[in-house]
Amino acid sequence: MSILIVAEHDNTALNDATRAAVTAAKAIGGDVDVLVAGSDAGDIAKAVSGIEGVSKVLHADGKAFAKPTAEAMEALILPLMDKYDVLMAVASTMGKNFAPRIAAKLDVMQISEISAVESADTFVRPIYAGNAMMKVQSTDAKKVVTIRPTTFEKAGDGGTASVETIEAPSGPFKSEFVSEELSKSDRPELTAAKIVISGGRGMQSGDNFVLLDKIADQLNAAVGASRAAVDAGYVPNDYQVGQTGKVVAPELYIAVGISGAIQHLAGMKDSKIIVAINKDEDAPIFSVADYGLVADLFNALPELEAELTKIGL
Amino acid sequence: MKILVPVKRVVDYNVKVRVKPDQSGVDLANVKMSMNPFCEIAVEEAVRMKEKGGVDEIIVVSIGPQQAQETIRTALAMGADRGILIQTNEPVEPLAVAKLLAKIVAEEGPELVILGKQAIDDDSNQTGQMLAALLDWPQATFASEVAIANGKANVTREIDGGLQTISVEMPAIITTDLRLNEPRYASLPNIMKAKRKPIDAKTPEDFGVDIAPRLKVLGVTAPPKREAGIKVESVAELVDKLKNKEGVI
Ligand SMILES: Cc1cc2nc3c(=O)[nH]c(=O)nc-3n(C[C@@H](O)[C@H](O)[C@H](O)COP(=O)(O)OP(=O)(O)OC[C@H]3O[C@@H](n4cnc5c(N)ncnc54)[C@H](O)[C@@H]3O)c2cc1C
Ligand SMILES: Cc1cc2nc3c(=O)[nH]c(=O)nc-3n(C[C@H](O)[C@H](O)[C@H](O)COP(=O)(O)OP(=O)(O)OC[C@H]3O[C@@H](n4cnc5c(N)ncnc54)[C@H](O)[C@@H]3O)c2cc1C
Repeated sequence: MSILIVAEHDNTALNDATRAAVTAAKAIGGDVDVLVAGSDAGDIAKAVSGIEGVSKVLHADGKAFAKPTAEAMEALILPLMDKYDVLMAVASTMGKNFAPRIAAKLDVMQISEISAVESADTFVRPIYAGNAMMKVQSTDAKKVVTIRPTTFEKAGDGGTASVETIEAPSGPFKSEFVSEELSKSDRPELTAAKIVISGGRGMQSGDNFVLLDKIADQLNAAVGASRAAVDAGYVPNDYQVGQTGKVVAPELYIAVGISGAIQHLAGMKDSKIIVAINKDEDAPIFSVADYGLVADLFNALPELEAELTKIGL
Repeated sequence: MKILVPVKRVVDYNVKVRVKPDQSGVDLANVKMSMNPFCEIAVEEAVRMKEKGGVDEIIVVSIGPQQAQETIRTALAMGADRGILIQTNEPVEPLAVAKLLAKIVAEEGPELVILGKQAIDDDSNQTGQMLAALLDWPQATFASEVAIANGKANVTREIDGGLQTISVEMPAIITTDLRLNEPRYASLPNIMKAKRKPIDAKTPEDFGVDIAPRLKVLGVTAPPKREAGIKVESVAELVDKLKNKEGVI
């Protein structure tokens, strides 16, 4: 068995989700190679070569891969798949974009967002917003798999893989990157943070998210949101946690002014400890919360800030 | 220009599904079914484009059981012009759906196909991308804004770090994200009008597409259940628990 993982990175830093993919690949078994497609991404290739369990790093560098489109990724990856049995990507907006395209070209059915590897051809994946877990066996000769990074351990360092430079196709492709508007934040990334504090419609305005920001700074937490808060324009779209947003599984998840719709729960119910602050004692969020506080958030958040200050945070 | 919009009939998003005791799947008996919310957004976007001008016809297609006709009618009531039902009672995987859609594209010659980014039942998030690959068309997935001009579509996409804009040559595939638009409710006169709009009935065999599944479902189980914990009386008690009992802060 030989597996090709596509590394997740932004040309300056390796996303830890790549390490989760290495763990998932090792569970399948066989040689694990990692493709680093980027622009000036030599440092990323080097970082990947140090991950325990990686046999070889393929490094493709070119302008078209600074912000690669699915078409560019197809041109790069499809020819490589002659030599691999499994293509593995992270179920990020990047992986979700290109992986099915390659699966269709290979005439195989992709297995989306797996949460566990049962054997080399059998996987578990959540369906219906995580309300059911489906165990599926692939009958295709080659496999295309995307993984849910929060459910796999991150492989550590200790590897000494070789780095092989490969040609990066230069296009032109039928699609072209135009621009990007990324949210800037000094806080940890939502899917990687140990603590996440999220606000919902109960926050009432974007300005009120300052109340969460302060606590996030004290706890070194990421700030998330429900869809209602994003739709209302309180915060940008990349804050959304849930079935159709991001899936997080931090040590501590604090839901503030969020009712707990199934679509929201789908994105956070694997967190280790869940805290809910809501003024409605019957809010469904309390049914999954380890600690529930029935209170008005506009009183509770300043109090929380003060209590955290008291313990030196 | 013609636009093709594939729509899927799924369990209504308000329904909390239950796994069958024999683990063969989820219990869909007597459960409310609706159009996949992302497909509604796709229909709405197509109708808005038509209202602005330059679109001659919107064709909706659904692959599924006889009742998927209702889903097509809903789209027709929103403003689509005609429907195609590819009827089958078998579950159809995204790859097979994409193959059937590729045949329809070849027959109908649309310049744009707008799909939902994912169906909320199976959560695969694949079909649009696969169709793009089969047709060798460019794809713009997770769209939150679409502008078409000079044979190109400029599409703003919702990505993990924020928003990204790409430009794709037409013909193209677009998949919708939540914030692309807010779908309308069909008015009563439009619902009545939709009853007279044509729906073609087909089967997968008509297209010579093999829809045999590639994935074997070995079992469907309920996820580990999370028990409700305790209610704390004060913020101070909460902080004490998190610090001294759980050690997470
Ligand atoms: C319990 C359970 C058991 C299952 N068992 C099997 C099985 O044994 N064999 C099997 O093959 N599959 C099985 N399936 C999967 C099958 O029913 C899914 O519907 C299929 O995999 C499509 O995935 P998706 O809709 O999530 O695709 P997505 O890629 O998420 O869909 C995205 C978009 O594609 C379009 N689209 C998708 N499907 C259609 C459609 N039918 N008609 C029109 N447009 C469409 C829509 O625009 C939609 O918004 C099972 C599913 C479940 C939940
Ligand atoms: C296709 C589809 C996909 C979706 N995907 C997602 C997703 O990915 N993520 C997601 O989150 N949602 C998603 N949703 C939306 C979901 O169904 C809910 O509508 C949404 O999660 C509700 O957000 P909320 O809890 O912030 O708002 P509400 O349900 O309105 O809840 C607000 C809560 O705040 C509380 N509150 C109000 N004021 C105060 C106060 N002063 N102090 C304390 N508490 C207060 C209220 O008691 C209430 O419980 C999706 C929906 C659909 C149809």
